[in-house]
Amino acid sequence: MNPELLRAAIIAVVVLAALGAIFGLVLAFAAKAFAVEKDPREEAIAGILPGANCGGCGFPGCGGYAAAVAAGKAPVNACAAGGAAVADKIGEIMGVSAGASVKMLAQVHCTGCGQNTKKYDYVGLQDCVAASILPGGGDLGCGFGCLGLGSCEKACPFDAIHVVDGVAKVDEEKCKSCGKCVDTCPKHLISLVPYKTKRHVAITCSSHDKGPDVRKLCENGCIGCTLCAKACPKEAISMVNNLAVIDYDKCIGCGICAQKCPRKLITVDGKVPEPKPQAPKPAAPAAAPKAEEPAKKEEVSAAASGEQNV
Amino acid sequence: MDWANLFSIALGAILVNNFIVAQFLGICPFMGVSKKVETASGMGMAVIFVMGLASAICWPINRFILEPFNLTFMQTVTFILVIASLVQFIEMFLQKAMPALYEALGVYLPLITTNCAVLGVVLQNTQNSYGFIESVVYGVTGGVGFLLVIVLFASIRERMEFSEWPKAFDGFPIALVAAGLIALSFMGFSGLKVVF
Repeated sequence: MNPELLRAAIIAVVVLAALGAIFGLVLAFAAKAFAVEKDPREEAIAGILPGANCGGCGFPGCGGYAAAVAAGKAPVNACAAGGAAVADKIGEIMGVSAGASVKMLAQVHCTGCGQNTKKYDYVGLQDCVAASILPGGGDLGCGFGCLGLGSCEKACPFDAIHVVDGVAKVDEEKCKSCGKCVDTCPKHLISLVPYKTKRHVAITCSSHDKGPDVRKLCENGCIGCTLCAKACPKEAISMVNNLAVIDYDKCIGCGICAQKCPRKLITVDGKVPEPKPQAPKPAAPAAAPKAEEPAKKEEVSAAASGEQNV
Repeated sequence: MDWANLFSIALGAILVNNFIVAQFLGICPFMGVSKKVETASGMGMAVIFVMGLASAICWPINRFILEPFNLTFMQTVTFILVIASLVQFIEMFLQKAMPALYEALGVYLPLITTNCAVLGVVLQNTQNSYGFIESVVYGVTGGVGFLLVIVLFASIRERMEFSEWPKAFDGFPIALVAAGLIALSFMGFSGLKVVF
């Protein structure tokens, strides 16, 4: 072996090793000296992420994305590389702590009754986007209704939306309000709405057709009668182009609109309430416990004072 | 001090030999972090910062360690080592000492560790046998050129969200087409020279 070459190689190895050791020591020292406490969730999320720093999420690397999620500025499922598994885990981490903030829910604005009226027989790809490109925007009689071919189902990373009886239904428990279905639906039937766990009011129609046209196509499409808007005590419902739309900032979940609606398309907690006014019925049971409560309190206070006396 | 020389280096780094569109260095962050103008400008600022510092640190290492030992053939390896450690160190230091600056740059710093534009700038410093001041100027202005192009590109991508293109071009293909057009327009600067 050429001694010159060997010498050069040894020098190179020694110099590089020395440089590496120096930098390593400086970094080790700096890690101790400049230690800063972080949001533990951020580190937990960063641990789950693939760590490829691909930038596909639009954030600068996995650390940037983890910080954004921890700060609530990014959706939990923006990591395309990690897919549904990673999104689920991040959702668990954030779900626990994000409980205090307003939960959003994907709401399908269609009852699916338009499935009864078809313009033609569709035998193409079982995909809403493909079907909606056809003349008339799909086979459905109603130009605004759910085609029921399940593009949203395929898009959902959380298995939270399914086509049941020809219309997409959202599983409130599983929905993490990522908005994938909202983006996918070619009919723009799905929107993210603030989800109230008690008495969530929803208008399940997207039709902007005029009343008589809607009547021909669908049993319970919105005919733009404005009864709900007039009945609402908080003026939370407005009419936009022949369709009732709820302002969730104002809605108190009283459900009066749902009772008034002649087309039974407004739901409370996913169910259509009885059209007959229920005011007397809930009032009576509500009054009874109220009458009992003060009595109970008196008993308790009497017992407490009795104990004190003893 | 030869101001004219420094000015011509700066002009070359920003426009004529722009790192992204003329030398195709640093394409990874250029494509990855250019979806929003906000993040793009943050990344650009961080690149200016790191390029300048890397030039300043690598010059003495090259001059006083590699050259005396006849190890200039190890430049690439050494500079990778130096830049990686430097970026890590800066990140830790900023987080503790200047949280505000860390907030502004911090999240972009880890990504820069593997940014070949930074490695490119220090290697070109030695290839062009720049002095210390020239190296730092080349580093900082190279970063400025990076910032200019990535912000331009991010603005275009934000606009593109509202336009339509064939489905097959979705995502990166259409972004690459746009990047190619920008590069083409920057070709207009080639041959630009400063005459004093």
